[in-house]
Amino acid sequence: MTVDMSQFYQVFFEEAGEHLSNMENLLLSLDIESPEQEDLNAIFRAAHSIKGGSATFGFTDIAEVTHILESLLDRIRNGELALQKDMVDVFLRAGDILKDQLAAHQNDEESDAEAARGVCEELTRWQHSDESAAPAKVAQPPESTPPADTATAPEQRYTITFTPSSSPTEHGVHMENMAAELGKLGSVDILAEGSAEHPVWRFALTTAAPEEAIRELFDFFAQPTDVVIESAAPAPDEEEQGYGFFTDIAPPEEETEQGYGFFTDVDAVRKTAEEEAQGYGFFEKIEPPKETAPAAASGGGAGRREAGPKGDAASPGKRGGDKAAPAAQTESIRVSVEKVDQLINLVGELVITQAMVAQTASKLPPDVHETLQVSLSQLEHNTRDLQESVMSIRMMPISFVFSRFPRVVRDLSSKLNKQVELKTVGEGTELDKGLIEKLSDPLTHLVRNSLDHGVESPEKRLAAGKPAKGTITLRASHQGGNVVIEVIDDGAGMDREKILAKAKERGIPVSDTMPDQEVWQLIFEAGFSTAEVVTDVSGRGVGMDVVKKNIIHGMGGRIEMESHNGAGTRIIIRLPLTLAILDGMSVSVGGDIFITPLTYIVESLKPRAEDIKTVSGRGRVVYVRGEYVTLLSLHDVFNIKPVVTEPQDGILVLVEAEGKKVALFVDELVGQHQVVIKSLETNFRKVAGISGATIMGDGKVALILDISSLVRLSQG
Amino acid sequence: MAPEATQETTDEVTTNRIQEYLTFTLGAEEYGIDILKVQEIRGYEYEAVTRIANSPEFIKGVINLRGIIVPIVDMRIKFSLGEPEYNQFTVVIILNVNYRIVGMVVDSVSDVIALSPEQIRPAPELGSIMDAQLLTGLGTVDDRMLILVDIGKLMNSPEMALMDDDAAKHAEA
Repeated sequence: MTVDMSQFYQVFFEEAGEHLSNMENLLLSLDIESPEQEDLNAIFRAAHSIKGGSATFGFTDIAEVTHILESLLDRIRNGELALQKDMVDVFLRAGDILKDQLAAHQNDEESDAEAARGVCEELTRWQHSDESAAPAKVAQPPESTPPADTATAPEQRYTITFTPSSSPTEHGVHMENMAAELGKLGSVDILAEGSAEHPVWRFALTTAAPEEAIRELFDFFAQPTDVVIESAAPAPDEEEQGYGFFTDIAPPEEETEQGYGFFTDVDAVRKTAEEEAQGYGFFEKIEPPKETAPAAASGGGAGRREAGPKGDAASPGKRGGDKAAPAAQTESIRVSVEKVDQLINLVGELVITQAMVAQTASKLPPDVHETLQVSLSQLEHNTRDLQESVMSIRMMPISFVFSRFPRVVRDLSSKLNKQVELKTVGEGTELDKGLIEKLSDPLTHLVRNSLDHGVESPEKRLAAGKPAKGTITLRASHQGGNVVIEVIDDGAGMDREKILAKAKERGIPVSDTMPDQEVWQLIFEAGFSTAEVVTDVSGRGVGMDVVKKNIIHGMGGRIEMESHNGAGTRIIIRLPLTLAILDGMSVSVGGDIFITPLTYIVESLKPRAEDIKTVSGRGRVVYVRGEYVTLLSLHDVFNIKPVVTEPQDGILVLVEAEGKKVALFVDELVGQHQVVIKSLETNFRKVAGISGATIMGDGKVALILDISSLVRLSQG
Repeated sequence: MAPEATQETTDEVTTNRIQEYLTFTLGAEEYGIDILKVQEIRGYEYEAVTRIANSPEFIKGVINLRGIIVPIVDMRIKFSLGEPEYNQFTVVIILNVNYRIVGMVVDSVSDVIALSPEQIRPAPELGSIMDAQLLTGLGTVDDRMLILVDIGKLMNSPEMALMDDDAAKHAEA
């Protein structure tokens, strides 16, 4: 009788994914010359955990790769092999293969066995690159290590009770695997087999391995509370001894193997610590493991859960800080985004309802309803606070995006034979999860572009009197209600003449006197590339237009550029903090209310009659601060009968999008609001000039203007 | 909200079961639609409707239905039936079709009628007046004739202009 393990697959995929990205981050930050022992250990632990899980679940391809990887890593961390840059490359490639294999298992597809074999061979070659110094015992995989060595760790008899919390309705074939895995630790007896009605398994295990090792086995497919491990004959002395050998001295590698990696997974350690607090534990006499564990153990893993599902992607910057923090303080839970979004929607409704009540109540005589008014203002305060806290759940540090770039820069610079250093500033800057996801592609394009077209080859740089190593800086910061992300390189800068020539060649209308800002915007035209040769890195002219599309249309952001010939380029992306809420100015046109996103507004003004000019009797322009700006009447665009027909009697809202300015002529400004964005397309269709809708304080729907498309409309 | 399971069943599945229809009037004509497509019935609040620029005349605009933006169509204008008057008796039938919510303005809602298959006659070709494809048939109750509309198909049809073309194709597939 077996339990269907497929219900645990998702947990394994998630955790293995975390281990992999953690491993990659650590590999990238490794100092090849003198790698930190802690980092090496953490990389080893990641590989080891994946191996353990994949073997348990019967993913043999993953287990094979990780096994070879782990053996090699083990030799490196034990100082038997010197780390080399090429080795790191192979490790990274192995990581990619593992990612593919994981994805393949997840989607029930075939993974590329050929590629996996290639990497395995390479890893094996490294493994034997120094045959003389490789004692046989090191290459031995932990599974085949003899179960017990009473000299170092006395045998213990454990009773394990495993109760899957999500009770399986049908049984699979993998319970044998689990029993087999347990068997590798020592001799195992199945005391009780679970059934559909009573899904509880009990095992008796006699082993020298510490409880952690057993727990780790279960770690991949069970909640900590699903597994209760009891020592059949608690022997405090022996326990102390069992723990002790790690605190005394660095353990000889043999013991580490045998102990099934006592510290291989910090989570396991921490889980025990938590359980101890819950009264599950039986090690009353000794300190919780987290105290005895050297800081090394908390390095890689402690910060992981804190930041959410992809926590370890963010960890390189944080690891240092977390080392000192006790593991228990970094508690968090995984919640599906769907639930969070539902919460945000509900709170959005609450804010609207609250505003409606307040509006109605404001019509009542205040002297009679004083307490009502006081309570309502308290309610308003509370709802705003609630909304802010709920919105903050979706906020994630931008390091989730930044963390992928060390790899991108590393791979690309070696491909292009360039020396590039990547600096990241402000990784802690938080923005909406939805934006984080959308930001990843455009930023990759921009960084690749900077690497390929911006930073010059070392020879050219030296000739220009610059250091051979170029620098690309990613910087994120909050400015007002916006998140500003900059991609800065100290490369050659953009060549104005070249761009203009290319634009003319492509038939894009340009003039030689165009301001720089407009010239730079040309590179975002579809199919535009100044690269002489099309490479597999860039030059096809796709990419930058995608960047623009994603950032402006997908995220309501803006792109600005600064470039100086020979000194480098700076691309500045301004994004709203969140996609769900927008700061807007409400304007009225013939009794209808429209919302203009504040990010686009340059200024609002009441024009003088003499500043309004007509062009060929039809189009109107307005003269603002030495500039002629196209005037666009919203009532014409939306076929509304306006209250005000002459611009000088109404208000002009000067907006800017895609580097162009337009003056929107409206009846009047109504006010400034923070509005919850609703899609019109859920139940209706896309409307020209409108990007979405929102619900105002009076319960009415107001439409949000799509400034980019209005600007394009005005350009004809 | 109507149970999701009923969403995709079209009115064609009228096999041998008795089906219930919500009947309403447009001008002098009486119409019936599958009751399972009806989410709720509301009064029409003229003030609460936000106009949508450059859309056909029968699309009155959008309303806020408990936080959801819902378009409102006036079938009297769409079918050119009677004078569209908006007063406290004007009714909006909120439909839940093809996972979308649409409000439909009618003159009045009459009742819910159960029709057996024998009571439903196929609709004759009506030429350009109305696509016979959009009709389930003509129902007979006593001396009254009910025009049974496949409301899901109707709301999906391009002439209603309620969906982007892509979405409409997707809904039909």
